[in-house]
Amino acid sequence: MLTDEERHEIEAEAAQYAYKRAAGPEALKIVQRHRRWVSDQSLKDVAVLLEMTPAELDGVATFYNLIFRKPVGRHVILVCDSVTCWVLGYDSVRDYLSRELGVKPGETTADGRFTLLPMVCLGACDRAPVMMVDDTLYGNLTPQKIDEILAGYRAEETA
Amino acid sequence: MATIYIDNQPYVVKDGQNLLRACLSLGFNLPYFCWHPAMNSVGACRQCAVKQFKDEKDTKGRIVMACMTLAADGTRISIDDPEVRRFRAGVIEFLMVNHPHDCPVCDEGGECHLQDMTVMTGHNYRRFRFRKRTHRNQELGPLVNHEMNRCIACYRCLRFYRDYAGGRDFDVFQWHNYVYFGRQSDGVLENEFSGNLVEVCPTGVFTDKTLKGHYTRKWDLQTAPSICVHCGLGCNTIPGERYGILRRIRNRYHREVNGYFLCDRGRYGYEFVNSPRRIRQPIFRSERSGAAQPVEKQAALEQAAKILGSGERVIGIGSSRASLEANFALRTLVGADRFYRGLAEAECRLLDTAIALLRDGPAPAASMSDAAQSDAVLVLGEDLTNTAPMLAYSVRQSTLQREIGLTKRLHVSWWDDAAIRQALQERRGPLYIATPAATKLDDVATEVYRAAPDDLVRFAQALAHALGAEIPPVSALPRKLAALADVVAEALYLARRPVVVCGTSSGSESLLRAAGNVAWALSAAEHRGQLCLVLPDCNSFGLGLLGGGSLADACRAIQEGKAETVVVLENDLSRHADQAALKLLDEVRHLVALDYLEHATTAAAELVFPAATFAEANGTLVNNEGRAQRSYQVFVPQGKTQASWRWLQEMMVAVGRQAEASWRSFDEITAALAEALPIFAAVKDIAPPEGFRMAGQRVPRQPHRYSGRTAMHAQADVHEPTPLADPDSPLSFSMEGSQRQPPPPLVPRFWAPGWNSMQAITRFQEEVNGPLRGGDSGRRLIEPQPDAAIRYFSDLPAEFEPRPDEWLLVPVDHIFGSEELSALSPGIAQLTPAPYLALSASDAAGANIQEGEKVVLAMDGLHQALPVRFLPSLPRGVAGLPVGLPGMMHVTLPGWAKLSKVTAS
Repeated sequence: MLTDEERHEIEAEAAQYAYKRAAGPEALKIVQRHRRWVSDQSLKDVAVLLEMTPAELDGVATFYNLIFRKPVGRHVILVCDSVTCWVLGYDSVRDYLSRELGVKPGETTADGRFTLLPMVCLGACDRAPVMMVDDTLYGNLTPQKIDEILAGYRAEETA
Repeated sequence: MATIYIDNQPYVVKDGQNLLRACLSLGFNLPYFCWHPAMNSVGACRQCAVKQFKDEKDTKGRIVMACMTLAADGTRISIDDPEVRRFRAGVIEFLMVNHPHDCPVCDEGGECHLQDMTVMTGHNYRRFRFRKRTHRNQELGPLVNHEMNRCIACYRCLRFYRDYAGGRDFDVFQWHNYVYFGRQSDGVLENEFSGNLVEVCPTGVFTDKTLKGHYTRKWDLQTAPSICVHCGLGCNTIPGERYGILRRIRNRYHREVNGYFLCDRGRYGYEFVNSPRRIRQPIFRSERSGAAQPVEKQAALEQAAKILGSGERVIGIGSSRASLEANFALRTLVGADRFYRGLAEAECRLLDTAIALLRDGPAPAASMSDAAQSDAVLVLGEDLTNTAPMLAYSVRQSTLQREIGLTKRLHVSWWDDAAIRQALQERRGPLYIATPAATKLDDVATEVYRAAPDDLVRFAQALAHALGAEIPPVSALPRKLAALADVVAEALYLARRPVVVCGTSSGSESLLRAAGNVAWALSAAEHRGQLCLVLPDCNSFGLGLLGGGSLADACRAIQEGKAETVVVLENDLSRHADQAALKLLDEVRHLVALDYLEHATTAAAELVFPAATFAEANGTLVNNEGRAQRSYQVFVPQGKTQASWRWLQEMMVAVGRQAEASWRSFDEITAALAEALPIFAAVKDIAPPEGFRMAGQRVPRQPHRYSGRTAMHAQADVHEPTPLADPDSPLSFSMEGSQRQPPPPLVPRFWAPGWNSMQAITRFQEEVNGPLRGGDSGRRLIEPQPDAAIRYFSDLPAEFEPRPDEWLLVPVDHIFGSEELSALSPGIAQLTPAPYLALSASDAAGANIQEGEKVVLAMDGLHQALPVRFLPSLPRGVAGLPVGLPGMMHVTLPGWAKLSKVTAS
């Protein structure tokens, strides 16, 4: 079941378009903002609201790689693996993160805190290699800098 | 016309089409995937690349997609240019990266468009040496098999299912290499045209699941041109047989009738031919209620001679699912005045009314192609998806017609499918549906009107009045409804090719005649209203033209002592007669039946002859537009089975009436029919006679690659048997014969060198989407009377009044289950609902009935307990009763019924 808040937000979004289905991507983002991911049940609930079938809405959901159809951790780490980051050693960043977190790309840490995902281009080549945690971009990464960033998120939660 | 240059040769082609279509019409081998003759271009697969040159001096050229490029006058292209050939081979190589090498175990193998195109482009060596991506397949129900790993992402399946057939439970997911076509989760495909995915898919992602149960390659199937027997539309089909088992049905293109597609009832209903309920040998019962004894053919005929020659009076009961020839043979045996049509009185009246509307008025019958091209359609009383599915498909296409016309100002070519749909969004042309309950076409309807049959008549009469017909106005019509009638009238009047669709399934003769009024009023205005009337069975129209009394008349004859013996042809009378009539028939002195399946009538008969199904005998069937079409025998059946007309002929010989039944072959009986009844004069000319040969040879039913002819009977005899003779058609039961393209009525399969799949169809057409080479087959037996004085129907029923303690029962048809034969196919049976009674939720609440609760239905002495299902769209005071489902008894609908709750006892 969608919360009243989610429903109001989605309806407000849908009101802006000639066809309700046009609000599909935004509606999924709204659900994801509230729940971190879009479950099958949420997908069906949104589909009803937008007068779509689950198949139609899931076609939209699965097209976008930042709509999560599986549970993710409390923080999602996106590591850029595009050209500039690749040239400037993204693989060592990825491997370091993997080791530090104890997960492979695509996995979530056992404590449910972090999900590590590869990402094709974060649009910050001047600061390569880069990663993004939730909505914050971090550039010119080194192992030491990564330690600091991760420590910040860990401290934030324990505080 | 435009002149285009292909590899420096000039060709004249029609204006406005794309290069791919022009090249295929000209007979060039140009590979493609995403383009489909019925679905036009989207430019997705990049396979039909050609090189285009600016002018004669341009030697460099540029690569363009043929399907997305206008074949404008002066266009210069090359198909053979080395660079573009490499490009096309490269596209295939990319597509093959993830495609499994499983052709030997793939059901599509041997008729795979991907195989054909791969060979055509010359890509033959795999360089990709990495892991292929793999998918999980879905369980899509009993009809369609899913194997996603074979997908090349041409998007044809989705375009057909969603954009053309209107299905919404199937979509595309993910992106890049992971693109996945399927449902959101496993489950039965909901769309009634899902079986077309099997033919639309260029490779083996979607295959026929019923074929899988008795799999045979296309080249090993014996096939013949046939006509679908599962509704009145007469879609053209290609059934395939091997080892005496009918294995599948494929589409047979007919420009005017079914085009490129079939509904799932028509495609998957065939398995009744293999049913364990088949009667394979004559049966004799010395006591009527006694055990059935199989008897030899000769003994059965002698028994028949004893019964028929005893001097007792004989009547014959024909069938709307039997061929013209079979019905005519029975009519000859018993005499025209003793031939009855095997339909209830109401069914006969509806049928006669429908035929009279098409024969006596100015409005021509609309073919399915006419309906699809109409720019305004009115549907009265028919739930088309369930009564005439392919017509529903056509009507769905019609809703694009007017809007496509409007896109001309956007300078979008009519074949640019994605651009057109983008421009249209959800705008659809005028389609108005007036029925008692919701239909599956409502999603594309401009407006719908839900009402009891009498109110539908009033609405149609108001409409006809608005169109200027000389019928009185309908007084006291609610204002909103009167306004709707005016809107619909205006939409029809402004259309270039309006079509009015009605039919017999609503059970209302007045509605049929009111529909006729609307079409006639349109015709009177400017000679352009077309009438499309849905009839229930594959030969309803033919039987209607043949004439004869109803079952009630037959019962009267029995009661009055004018008949002691009844011969029933291919008819389960319990589907058309009430209990009293059945009891009467049970009590006649002698009951002789001819049929292919055991049912209530054959179980009660003293003598039963095993008749041939559509796949085992030739026959002429007349479809709902009055088009007589020939259906050919596919294979020689096991046992003593033979065509009903042959049994009847042999019976007449056995009683010493050779002179009247001198027909020994199919041609002779059609000639006799044409002579006896002038209305059928054209029937003998709709297909070449038995003596027709091509270069002295017959048309082979078996492909030239048919395997095992020396081995398939080796367990019985190592000598190869002589091919069986066919005295009835120019087709042979052999792989030997002419390999040329036969005339359209005789085309047994679509195949051309390099084109093993159904896509070979373009090689059989005069041009893409044109008639088959040699013209459209079949011929209309009746023509409208454009100048006849119109006599409008002016009766007006009173407004429908719900009754306090009764419900008006209206028929509810089901694509899966309502038709007798297809319901016996296991796949269809699995999708058939159990009998139920439909009520609107508010009516049920008023009567304190819960959904799922059992109620007893009382009507005309009929009592049946049925669970209640809610059908929210039903008008107040109206209940729905599914018709024809296994386990349902025959009642004439609409009619008033009482409902009572089942008391716990």
